[in-house]
Amino acid sequence: MQALQILIDGFAISSLYALGAIGFTLIFGVCGVLNLSHGAIMVTAAVAAWATADAWHAGTYGGALIGVAAGTILALATYALVVRPIQRSRAIPAEEKEIFILTSTLLWGIMLQEAIAYFFTDNPKTVRPLLPGVVEILGVRTPWNEVLTAAISWAAIGLVWLLIHRTKRGKQLLAAAINPRGLTLLGFELENIYVLVWGLYGVLAGIAGVLLGAFLGVSSANIGTLTASAFSVVVLGGLGSVTGSLVAAYVVGYLETVTAYLVAPSIRSVPVLLLLVAVVYTRPQGLLGRR
Amino acid sequence: MRSWISAAVVGVVLALLPFAVGSYILGLLVFGFYYAVFAMSWDLLFGFAGEVNFGPSFLIGVGAYAAALLNHYFNTPIPLCLVAAAVAAVVAGLILAVPALRLTGPYFGLITLVAVLLLQTFIVLYSGITGGEIGLDLPDVFANGEVRANYWIALAFMSISGAILFGLSRSAVGLILQASGQDRIEAAALGYNVTKHKLAAFCISALFSGLAGAMLIFSQGTASVGLVVDIAVGVQAIIGAVLGGRRTIFGAAIGAIFLVAAQELLRPLGQLSIFVVSAFALLVILFFPGGFLGAVGALGGVLGRSAR
Repeated sequence: MQALQILIDGFAISSLYALGAIGFTLIFGVCGVLNLSHGAIMVTAAVAAWATADAWHAGTYGGALIGVAAGTILALATYALVVRPIQRSRAIPAEEKEIFILTSTLLWGIMLQEAIAYFFTDNPKTVRPLLPGVVEILGVRTPWNEVLTAAISWAAIGLVWLLIHRTKRGKQLLAAAINPRGLTLLGFELENIYVLVWGLYGVLAGIAGVLLGAFLGVSSANIGTLTASAFSVVVLGGLGSVTGSLVAAYVVGYLETVTAYLVAPSIRSVPVLLLLVAVVYTRPQGLLGRR
Repeated sequence: MRSWISAAVVGVVLALLPFAVGSYILGLLVFGFYYAVFAMSWDLLFGFAGEVNFGPSFLIGVGAYAAALLNHYFNTPIPLCLVAAAVAAVVAGLILAVPALRLTGPYFGLITLVAVLLLQTFIVLYSGITGGEIGLDLPDVFANGEVRANYWIALAFMSISGAILFGLSRSAVGLILQASGQDRIEAAALGYNVTKHKLAAFCISALFSGLAGAMLIFSQGTASVGLVVDIAVGVQAIIGAVLGGRRTIFGAAIGAIFLVAAQELLRPLGQLSIFVVSAFALLVILFFPGGFLGAVGALGGVLGRSAR
């Protein structure tokens, strides 16, 4: 019984982790950017959904859509206002661009976090579930919302896979990840592809944020933790490897759920951190990473 | 030479400050001075050795808690606590250095981040011993809590640390570190022992971070996660160093003190104060990547050219 419960809860939370991490890994794979404002973008999307659902009478679904739109706009703004100026700057030496992007996306995330705390307080906010009620799965009472979270996560991941592998645009993304110079030589504008990737990333982060807000609730205070967990999942799976991120999301999700149920909820993150240290020491490229 | 002279002038002014301003400003500057040491130690590791350490508060926290536990439970006198803090922090630095020698870039950055999270989790988990989130009160405080003496201790510590770190960065060791940070293979090919120098950089950075952490808690009379371990502490040191101008040591100190002061000045804005400070820091990084000192240097260059 408890095993089934762990299986179901772990599956839902892992799907959400996978969705949250996949955008992060996409940005790194294609643009080489580690976006430390990731958590802030997710939380902004959730808070936008929460605020507009009641205040603007947008309703639950309208609010969710506005949340995803907010995530997308914010991701594009991050690219245009923070990342692009650094990538194009001549004053910053190329080998130091990485640390500049890390520092400035971190600052950008802090700004978003403080803005949310100022306008909406840092109290936890729970987005209204998209589907109310519970369902029995093999004798385990599961909220419909949990089932929906897993379903939407997987649908979104599936669409990304189709986009990358079955469309012309997607193949350009893949090419940009493998050899940006080659792509430029074939006459493609790299900048357009970057904008596309950031937009795609924004949609994914927005959906993940809204689902997270409905599933566990969000607060501007746990933005740092969210970014750190996405970062961990992505490094554990191998930077830039989408399959690796999916596998790692499930490892992390289940490890946390098992620890929370069988040991104590207060130490749910410890085994993950220890595993992460062990993997990075012994296999720095991650579970499925390329070097 | 010029930077030594200007540093000395600033030092004299700061030393005379307690006769001019109230205890509120002095208390604030005490914070600023210890943060300045955090930022300078970080700058040695990043600016010179090229190691992106996201968790300076791991080194700070290990030093601070080693001192706090000894003082709280065994009433160990402060000097012995500080020695223990230095030893513990150097050991922590070596623990970080081992992966740093094998990993690069984001991987090493993540390890340092995880180190902070683990330290924080364990302190909260064993809150029976460590005081957890609430913190640990210390029986001993610097100069029995007298504000001026406390200020001078902090100032002296920052000046000595700054002089050592700056001298080191301008020495042959600093140059070798800079070379191995920029191109490890070439530095090794020139016959320098990269591993040895990087290990040394980690130990020195850890030594000063840990000592500063321990001294900070003795100036406040309490040790808590929010004061010395939280990721925000480390982030503030990093932002200070980048803001002031990386690879300058003195710039890191200026940036860190500026951050502490700016947040206090903007306190009337309430929660928006951190927003404004972060936005300002972001603008400086985007438009003046050299930080304060870089901007001053560029300005000096322009003025010098127009004078000629």
